[in-house]
Amino acid sequence: MPDANPSTAGHRENDRSGATAVAIRNLSKSFDDVEVLRDVNLEVKKGDVVTILGSSGSGKSTLLRCINWLEQPERGSIHIAGERIGMTDEGRAMSVKALARVRAKTGMVFQGFNLWPHLNVLHNVTEAPIHVLGKSKHEAETHARALLEKVGMSHKMDAYPNTLSGGQKQRVAIARALAMQPEVMLFDEPTSALDPELVGEVLAVIKDLSAEGYTMVIVTHEMAFSRAVSDQVVFLEKGLIIEKADPETFFTNPSTERVRKFLERND
Amino acid sequence: MSNWEILWSARDQFWVGFLRTMEIFGLSISVAFVIGCALLYLLEGSRPRLTVPLRVFIDGMRMLPFLILAYLLYYGLPSFGIRLDAWWAGVGALAVYHGCYIGEIFRGSRITFPPGQVEAAKAHGFTKGKMFFRLILPQIVMQTRPLLGNQLIYALKDTAFLVIITVRELTAAANSLSGTYFIPTEAFIVVIGFYWAVSVVMEVIIKQCGRFSAKRGFDNA
Ligand SMILES: Nc1ncnc2c1ncn2[C@@H]1O[C@H](COP(=O)(O)OP(=O)(O)OP(=O)(O)O)[C@@H](O)[C@H]1O
Ligand SMILES: [Mg+2]
Repeated sequence: MPDANPSTAGHRENDRSGATAVAIRNLSKSFDDVEVLRDVNLEVKKGDVVTILGSSGSGKSTLLRCINWLEQPERGSIHIAGERIGMTDEGRAMSVKALARVRAKTGMVFQGFNLWPHLNVLHNVTEAPIHVLGKSKHEAETHARALLEKVGMSHKMDAYPNTLSGGQKQRVAIARALAMQPEVMLFDEPTSALDPELVGEVLAVIKDLSAEGYTMVIVTHEMAFSRAVSDQVVFLEKGLIIEKADPETFFTNPSTERVRKFLERND
Repeated sequence: MSNWEILWSARDQFWVGFLRTMEIFGLSISVAFVIGCALLYLLEGSRPRLTVPLRVFIDGMRMLPFLILAYLLYYGLPSFGIRLDAWWAGVGALAVYHGCYIGEIFRGSRITFPPGQVEAAKAHGFTKGKMFFRLILPQIVMQTRPLLGNQLIYALKDTAFLVIITVRELTAAANSLSGTYFIPTEAFIVVIGFYWAVSVVMEVIIKQCGRFSAKRGFDNA
């Protein structure tokens, strides 16, 4: 039963074959005449971790939410593991069913957790695999138990979300997204809503995932974490990518004055 | 024979009326619940052209006295060539009327439903129908449980109006006995007892359901 093993899909250990998990080309997005993303290009290789930095309002969340089509860009294209999301190749809007299917190839972790409160921890994790992917209950639960073990939440399987701490909720949310065996995991400031003493436990889980070779795109304000975990760091400024580099270069020798200032301020 | 003895000897009539009331109530409130869910689903937003007519319909029903709706269905429809017997007219009127109230209760709760949960569902590949039935509706029902409990009691009481359109339910039984023997006070005290008993049982059940939702953090117990 290979699917019951959490470390099959989504897990790309040593997979540096160069295959592309996410390809973003010429992406532009406006909200009421205000350009929030301007001609963004970004490629995420399988197994890579990309962190997106930038000041508040620079368009980080919007970029991440375009990747799974929670926001619809006006121009450009996004491919997930080679498949275009949102639009057909002829440039028409995708059917609702097709969109849902491509979306399921991405896993998203939100700042505010967004667990489903009427379901216990185990069922939060099995809900989409059973009702979206059509897995059997048994298969989904076996997989979910393994994932909850991975994020250190197997002792809370029967608890309801309202009884969990923020850090615990976020770890369950990570397991819930992993359960879809996505091609890429998207994190939007996963620790920003947490009390400082709970940030570490969530970052530790994400670090483990990166060590296991999961492909991840992470919006964060945690500089040390970004430096430790990234293969590529992207800096957004007013909807433009103004710096894109490996973490060593980004944090020690950035090419723009703007990033230098940003790093000084966030030291 | 005292008045109470007269009523005791006519207990079969009460019992038959009571069963009929429960039958009408049970069926109509079940259909009303389904109507409420359907209204909520149709108002979910992907059908903007339906929204205004539905809102007008719901508000129209809520502003209509129930008795007049029952009259219209029983006495008014025949002039359009539709003749319902009293029982069906009564069930239909109750179901539609309370269905609109339940729809409105659900709608009010839907407005405050956390949008992040819907986004999480979309991000996990849910389409509208499954999202509605698996994630939105169960929470809306838990959230509105106390209001639904009230609505059950209103619906139970509204069944008494059906005596006007000749349904042989509990109030009709009391009415006919009080007319025959001229003992209105005692006859109606008996039916009040029935309505209270049913209401109390419903209250207890709804309270018990509150534990289920309170455990999940819907603290409206
Ligand atoms: N739904 C929306 N409608 C209108 N404007 C929006 C909407 N969402 C975002 N914006 C605007 O787009 C810009 C980029 O927002 P975005 O949320 O992507 O920024 P961010 O980089 O994630 O910021 P933060 O660090 O505060 O989360 C902001 O100016 C914001 O006000
Ligand atoms: Mg943001």
